[in-house]
Amino acid sequence: MWEQVRSNQTRTIVLVVSLAVVFLLLGYSLGMFFFDNGTMGVIVAIIVWAIMNLIAYFQGDNILLAVSGARKIAPDDHKRLYNVVEEMKIASGLERMPDIYIIDDPAMNAFATGRDPNKAAIAVTSGLLQNLNRDELQGVVGHEIAHIKNRDVLLMAMCSVLLGTIVILAWYGSRFLFYGGMGRSRRTISTGRGGGGAIIIMLVALVLLVLAPIAAQLIYFAISRRREYLADASSALYTRYPLGLASALEKIAASPYQLRAANQATAPMFIVNPFNRKMTELTSTHPPIAERIRILRAMAGASLADYDRAYREVKYDRKGIIPGAAAAGLVPIRAPSPEPPDEVQQARETSNVMWRLSNYSVIECACGTKLKLPPTFRGSEIRCPHCGRLNSP
Amino acid sequence: MIALWVVLGILAILVLMFIAIYNGLVRLRNQVKNAWAQIDVQLKRRHDLIPNLVETVKGYMKFERETLEAVTRARNLAQQLPPSAGAGERAKAEGELSSALARLLAVVERYPDLKANQNFLALQEELTSTENKISFARQFYNDSVMKYNNQTQMFPSNIVATMAGFKPGEFFEVTVAEEREAPKVSFS
Repeated sequence: MWEQVRSNQTRTIVLVVSLAVVFLLLGYSLGMFFFDNGTMGVIVAIIVWAIMNLIAYFQGDNILLAVSGARKIAPDDHKRLYNVVEEMKIASGLERMPDIYIIDDPAMNAFATGRDPNKAAIAVTSGLLQNLNRDELQGVVGHEIAHIKNRDVLLMAMCSVLLGTIVILAWYGSRFLFYGGMGRSRRTISTGRGGGGAIIIMLVALVLLVLAPIAAQLIYFAISRRREYLADASSALYTRYPLGLASALEKIAASPYQLRAANQATAPMFIVNPFNRKMTELTSTHPPIAERIRILRAMAGASLADYDRAYREVKYDRKGIIPGAAAAGLVPIRAPSPEPPDEVQQARETSNVMWRLSNYSVIECACGTKLKLPPTFRGSEIRCPHCGRLNSP
Repeated sequence: MIALWVVLGILAILVLMFIAIYNGLVRLRNQVKNAWAQIDVQLKRRHDLIPNLVETVKGYMKFERETLEAVTRARNLAQQLPPSAGAGERAKAEGELSSALARLLAVVERYPDLKANQNFLALQEELTSTENKISFARQFYNDSVMKYNNQTQMFPSNIVATMAGFKPGEFFEVTVAEEREAPKVSFS
């Protein structure tokens, strides 16, 4: 059953190869332009790409966690979240338990990092923890675990470095063209070596300079969307309950908040696009939420084949999204889990975790009020604002 | 001379294929073992949770002695199975335990005081999660067994499997009818 996920990768590979082709073409044409030598340009482009890769590698995934203000939690900090992650780890057959982080943000979102499935991490916002019930949380965590298991983190990191290099090369290329390179290129032409042919090459290079970043961006988005569908399908398979993720996505779509710490490069790793801007499907890292929900709700079973069938029904797309999945066996959808504690309790639970993670100490007054003291509090006594008793921290 | 080389070449290819298939089978068998270990960990965890649960619940449930005893009995039976017991036997014992637990937790409905008990709530979360983990581990185990069995039965790897003595794995099937209908424990 897990084999099918791998067979789907052929189409991803086609997209990645086309991204690489755009990259090499750009390098070649820039080389023709500045050194009269396409190969030279390709070499320079590859060197730039290698440097960018090194930077990205050594910066590590932790930078994303640090930027988003994520805090690592221990198993006892939030039992339910830890259990749900462990459940999904078992269902996916992942070998090592990913680290778990919480981001203090009312926006509802989650993401996964870790090029290596054995050094992965999952981060969820406190908004998500407050508003989702157990099944919904499981669906979201399953989606993120699928990103790790399917190696999407590595794939998208490589693609985004490639995309970044293309953008940088095109940008510098065009600056040189307008401010420095002109004289040189004119000289090349006037030596008469190329004649008309050289002018055509120049024109092609110029067009590529403009089109390459746009084309690369579109291909990048296409790869990202494809991986999102696949992660949704895997989540349904792991949880055996596509309705959980569907209802989580509904809640997330209805939430008015936008994640504070998010940027374009990391967008593909989130459960939904962290940017609320209106976008057409072509220029987004994620498929439209409404469509994802419709597909998940249309699933008759929980297998990848069921997802594929639902995808074809909803999108009127005869090719489907997971071509190899047709042979998978029958996987029934399970019954929903019992309702967890009510929403107030769930919100209180989450906020208690956040207080604790910020090193606040909590003392319980005899009247039942919980006093939260900041780590900088130095006094020896504190008066309860509710009943007036003196408490010592 | 050429014929000799051809024969040698074919032999070398056959040996290499044998090695590749053999290693593939070993990898799959290890995966099955590993998946089984995962189930085992969770079953043990459940065995450990039950005395705690029974202890917490006992004070509240005056009239449910039979239900409680059934849980304890099923748990002891499942725990006392020798490690050599096959997947089928284990599945049967654990299935009994699951349905006894489900009955107990259905009865909890009648005791609102119990449902407000912090200790019980924590136990309930642990138990729900352990039940989930058992079923997820079972999913993964059965998928691994299917993959492994397919490999031992399909041509040409079946030749290697019979030669090297790879036995087909046993599925972890739920045998209790109630459990199949409602795999989740109902708390609320």
